[in-house]
Amino acid sequence: MAKVTVTINGERRDVEAPPEMPILWVLRDVLGLTGAKFGCGMALCGSCTVLLDGEAIRACIKPISSAAGKSIVTIEGLSDDGSHPLQVAWRELNVPQCGYCMPGQIMNAAALLARNPSPTDAEIDETQRANLCRCGTYPRIREAIKMAADRVTVGSGGGS
Amino acid sequence: MTRVAAQPPADGIGANGVTRRAFIRTTAAAGGGLMLGVSTAWGDRGGVGPALATASPVVPETSFSPNVFVHLHTSGEVEIVVARSEMGQGVRTALSAVIADEMEADWSRVRVVQAPGDPAFGDQNTGGSQSIRNHFQRLREAGAVARRMLEQAAADEWSVPVKECVGHNHEVRHEPTGRTLGYGDLAEAAGNLAVPEDVALKTPNEFRYIGRSLDGVDNLAITTGAAVYGADVRLPGMVYAAVARCPVVGGSARSYRAEEALAVPGVIQVVELPAGPTPPGFAALGGVAVVAENTWAAFEGRDALSVDWDYGPNATHDSASYREALQEAVRAAGRDARSEGDVDAAVADAALTHSAEYYMPYLSHASMEPPACVASVTAEGCEIWAPVQDPQLARELAAKMLGRPEESVELHVTFLGGAFGRKSKPDFVLEAVSISRQLERPVNLTWTREDDLRHDFYHPLSVQRIEAALDGSGRTTGWLHRTAFPSISATFEADIDRPTDGELSLGCTTVPFDVPNLRCEACPAPAHTRIGWLRSVSNIHHSFAIGAFADELAALTGRDPKDYLLELIGPGRVIDIWEGAENAYGVDKSALPYDTGRLRGVVEVAAREAGWGRSLPAGRGLGIAAHYCFVTYVGTVAEVSVTDGALRIHRIDTAVDCGLVVNPDRVRAQLEGAVVFGLSLALNGDITMKDGRVEQRNFHDYPILRIDALPEIHVHIVESDELPTGVGEPGVPPVAPAVANAVFAATGQRIRDLPIDLTAT
Ligand code: FES
Ligand code: FES
Repeated sequence: MAKVTVTINGERRDVEAPPEMPILWVLRDVLGLTGAKFGCGMALCGSCTVLLDGEAIRACIKPISSAAGKSIVTIEGLSDDGSHPLQVAWRELNVPQCGYCMPGQIMNAAALLARNPSPTDAEIDETQRANLCRCGTYPRIREAIKMAADRVTVGSGGGS
Repeated sequence: MTRVAAQPPADGIGANGVTRRAFIRTTAAAGGGLMLGVSTAWGDRGGVGPALATASPVVPETSFSPNVFVHLHTSGEVEIVVARSEMGQGVRTALSAVIADEMEADWSRVRVVQAPGDPAFGDQNTGGSQSIRNHFQRLREAGAVARRMLEQAAADEWSVPVKECVGHNHEVRHEPTGRTLGYGDLAEAAGNLAVPEDVALKTPNEFRYIGRSLDGVDNLAITTGAAVYGADVRLPGMVYAAVARCPVVGGSARSYRAEEALAVPGVIQVVELPAGPTPPGFAALGGVAVVAENTWAAFEGRDALSVDWDYGPNATHDSASYREALQEAVRAAGRDARSEGDVDAAVADAALTHSAEYYMPYLSHASMEPPACVASVTAEGCEIWAPVQDPQLARELAAKMLGRPEESVELHVTFLGGAFGRKSKPDFVLEAVSISRQLERPVNLTWTREDDLRHDFYHPLSVQRIEAALDGSGRTTGWLHRTAFPSISATFEADIDRPTDGELSLGCTTVPFDVPNLRCEACPAPAHTRIGWLRSVSNIHHSFAIGAFADELAALTGRDPKDYLLELIGPGRVIDIWEGAENAYGVDKSALPYDTGRLRGVVEVAAREAGWGRSLPAGRGLGIAAHYCFVTYVGTVAEVSVTDGALRIHRIDTAVDCGLVVNPDRVRAQLEGAVVFGLSLALNGDITMKDGRVEQRNFHDYPILRIDALPEIHVHIVESDELPTGVGEPGVPPVAPAVANAVFAATGQRIRDLPIDLTAT
């Protein structure tokens, strides 16, 4: 057990956890932030995607020690009230089906828009291919990212 | 506003003497207001048929058990309690919208509450694409009754005739004076009125939500991470568990070394789960559970644990040699499941005969949320939170396992992170309950992806052979379809050695072709693993074989595949496809007859919209297929290209006729999802078994479609006033044959095996 200091959704936290424990399980089982989901544990599905210093990471394989002194943003912290342009677009286009993959999809797209405010279809595919959706909401994910991109202003895309 | 008198609903209410007041009643509402209980199953003769349902019981008419509640609070908020499980199909939104529409409730004031698993709610098993089909009419009436009662309450208040009072957008208006009263203000008075016998239903042009695209009621919760799925429940004192199960179905643990798991930091305890029965049924498989302070430690502890397994009788199961055995099986006569005319004579007299064999492997559901459950067993009771399609079954089996009355078990249905049939089997719930009972504390059980892929209830491996006789003009005069795959029923009953008639009625014996001599046979295929329902069930492989074979016949006779398909379907007419077949969808044949005209319709629409017949560059091709299942008709055209051996799907046009559409956007979404699901199984889905064990582990060797392989998808909804039918499953079956046929059009290479492998010879 070790103490790791991380900023989570804007709040500085001292987390007691084994250093090699994946960020996902620290978030879910130690801190009770269940927005990030478990889908594969092998960085294959993207369900666990969160932002680490603004970059999309697969929290199921990244140890908590790698987050020391850094900032993590989860779906719960992307906005206070679901008002991030991606969240809004997601609802307007009725993207969610079962919804399980959605926190990961949105966080992955948030990192994309933060570094590339107007991605092409190919760039969207290249980034979002990290995230699986068994319900097959891909057509709407593409559309929603484009809709949000049209509205997003530089600086809010990182969500922190 | 014009109104028409309510017609007796087409599902037989009225006709069988069940009056409206018998299925809608006022009940006492906590906090006051108007509360209506609705029994949508009242007097039901069917529900989904026994082949699909987990023995869904016929609801006796002697007891009134409302399964939908509408509660109008005095604040004006409307709470609708929905007893179907949400797994992405939008059922919570759709069912509520139907009530809200007839009630003239403001959608923004409607809240949807999930019912717990309880027989008081009637049959809650969510499957078979039946929720809308079975509930539509009665939900409309319930909404209309609520509105009528509010109008009456207003009329009483103003001392005016009720016919001058009209409920509209959450208030009742007195037409002559323009006075209004809000629904909330009328709730209490309305709640004291008797349920009216005669209510007017809207005409379709008066609908405000039905037929419109409404936003999903759960969108905000989902997009903010607040939606609670199986593993998201947090209880004080809760521990986390992972289970080591025997890799072979029917095996059991001989011994294990708990200390190996206990040595992992965070692991608290190791407990044994008794081996499951044979046949496996819905029971837990048994094994060894590792309990820890967090999920990760439980996984690590489970990995560290070595178990000495007795692999049992299925340890020699090998999917490659099983396939060969099934190939042998379909080359000999099986048990007749349907026979018309004289196929043998047709073959003997044929100008031309043709036969082909088709293969599909085992498939896994692989919903993004693996099975997960939270259970808390105490001395007095048991509380369960689980993503289950059939909450009553889970509750009943949990109670049975605990040896306690069902009333002592409380089951909360969480969101389902995808299900596709997997979560109608509550084995994982029973595991969590069993662990919690032993520990006497709340347990959160999560399956890993490896657990999910290796301990599924698989869509069966199948081999089919179709033989056709053609006359001199190229017309098909004889059709012999043999199908072999392990039956779902074998998961529950010993001695089932081949598909059942119910399974054959999912696309095989119900083939709507206008062929005078036709026979369908079930060939032997004993089960060696757990077989289960997967999104559209045996329709998947039957549609693949029939759709691909129809295309072969077209090529053989030099005809256009679409024209030949239409010729096989024959002229538009109502036929009894259920004659001699098990009526698997429990459909009322008089209300929803099988109409080949509707199947022709979706073929024509898909073809037209896809630009069927247009010229394409070399290496590109269009393929077409159509299928009817769950009372819905779907036609699909695929456009593909093959470049240097690489297959790319460019575009899918899918036309659906599902009767009156309640929420067009959701229908589109379901069809888009079905296309993606169908493409995953056509291109990638392949579970193989060796030494009785599944060889795949995770999404690297059981890939599902990613966004960069997504084609353009165009969904075309055929306008219809027929009763609404389901859309969760019917979009899946035609996708694989349409793609296979498109590959042939592009390359001349026949695809008879799935997943498609262009390098196979
Ligand atoms: S759970 Fe992390 S990528 Fe799948
Ligand atoms: S919405 Fe269900 S997995 Fe993506």
